[in-house]
Amino acid sequence: MVQFTDVFKSYENGTKALRGVSFTIKDGEFAFLVGPSGSGKTTIIKLLTGEIAPTDGRVLVNDYDLGSIRFSRMPYMRRTLGVVFQDYRLIEDKTVYENVAFAMRVIGASNKEIRRRVPYVLELVGLDKRTKRRPQELSGGEQQRVAIARALVNNPRLIIADEPTGNLDPARSLEIMMLLQKINELGTTVLVVTHEKELVESFSKRVIAIDGGKIISDGMGGYYNYER
Amino acid sequence: MRGNRFTYYIREGINSIFSHGFMSFASICIIVACLIIMGSFTLLALNVDKVIDTMESQNEIMAFVNETFTDEEARAIGPRISALPNVEKAVFVSREDAWDDFVSTYENPGFFEGLDSSVARDRYVVYLQDISLMAQTQQALRDVPGIAAVNAHLKISEGFVRIRNVVTLVSLLLVAVLFVISLFIMSNTIKLTTFERRDEIAIMKMVGATSTFIRWPFVVQGLILGLIGSLVSFTLEWGIYKLLTEKLIAQSGISFLTVIPFSAVSVPLLVAFAVVGLGVGVIGSLLAIRNYLKV
Repeated sequence: MVQFTDVFKSYENGTKALRGVSFTIKDGEFAFLVGPSGSGKTTIIKLLTGEIAPTDGRVLVNDYDLGSIRFSRMPYMRRTLGVVFQDYRLIEDKTVYENVAFAMRVIGASNKEIRRRVPYVLELVGLDKRTKRRPQELSGGEQQRVAIARALVNNPRLIIADEPTGNLDPARSLEIMMLLQKINELGTTVLVVTHEKELVESFSKRVIAIDGGKIISDGMGGYYNYER
Repeated sequence: MRGNRFTYYIREGINSIFSHGFMSFASICIIVACLIIMGSFTLLALNVDKVIDTMESQNEIMAFVNETFTDEEARAIGPRISALPNVEKAVFVSREDAWDDFVSTYENPGFFEGLDSSVARDRYVVYLQDISLMAQTQQALRDVPGIAAVNAHLKISEGFVRIRNVVTLVSLLLVAVLFVISLFIMSNTIKLTTFERRDEIAIMKMVGATSTFIRWPFVVQGLILGLIGSLVSFTLEWGIYKLLTEKLIAQSGISFLTVIPFSAVSVPLLVAFAVVGLGVGVIGSLLAIRNYLKV
């Protein structure tokens, strides 16, 4: 679960990125976070992943209060999250299998667990036939699937996808969104940050719109709410 | 799971060394150079210390007994002198023995015909524990009743002390400066590795790896580089020392120098090299990685 309660965030250069943001995403929910550049979307993602702390207000992610969490507990909070980025952020000299296994290995999973879990996740994202390929041998859509598999492999409670279709054509974008929807149906909470109008409108999901550091609409209304 | 992690740390540490082969080679070379200079100065300091110790043991104060004292009275002063602070031992030399010694140093004893031992004084040859305290001991001897005069080579003792102090100071300074240089080079080598792997580190942080888990492969990398550096430098230092002591000194005929054999210092030197090498490796890697672990 994600809960923002009257969250403010100001940076050292004086920029006020968030001005009293409040919203809740319940366990198992699928939500879009939309807004123009500089609206505060990236700040919300950084707050969710613990990269920055709120200036004021309360940020609760999967039962961790990120305003008061001890630094040593941060890795354990992050293990409840899976993050997918627009630029995939895969390790170029590792194969598809190794990229996904890496996420398990670095949190101390055993080889037995890795051998059991990685093939299952790769099959789920439709890459079970491409396990030995390296990222540069894959298409953009396939690379994003690897990134999703990596985000999913540690069985997180929440997947945060930051512009996951930003580098993909419409057909591949739709595939990725269908995959995220499938993951959501399996019980994982999904938050997709995007500014792609058609994509948001093609799914009848909750849309949280932000502009100027404030929530301007929140509901099942589709993208038009954000357009004002 | 722990064994799994340990294998991971070792494998990643070794991989980093080979994937940045040139920088790894450069770091080992720098560690070797610094350790050899440190080791050479330490060995020089130890040898200077030994030479000075030998000279110290031969440096003595002559305490002359009042000439009105009888032989018995003169000998009675002995325990008081021996009890003084900084006195290693006090050897009584009667005026007869002193006179005979003096006369025997000349080739023609005929010069001293008509003279006898009454012109000499009973005396004590006083050996010191620490020649840097010679002035104080000289004063203490003067204060002993029955001692008429004290003859000490203060200038020589001050010279010895000064040489030792300078060599020790230079060695310490060099060791400190070279340690910092080694640390800087090692830290930069590992910083290059961390810079190339910054995306990997970011992914590790993102998926919830602990700082300790991220840090260990780099520490292992530093440990291995430090260990190789210290072993190579120990071997080279051994060769250089043997060459200098056995060949150079023997051939140039500087026979009065007593050099410490390498076998006497090899174990402490190996331990010191290993500690410095490993210390540089570990501290260098920790310094290099710390910025990446702040998030």
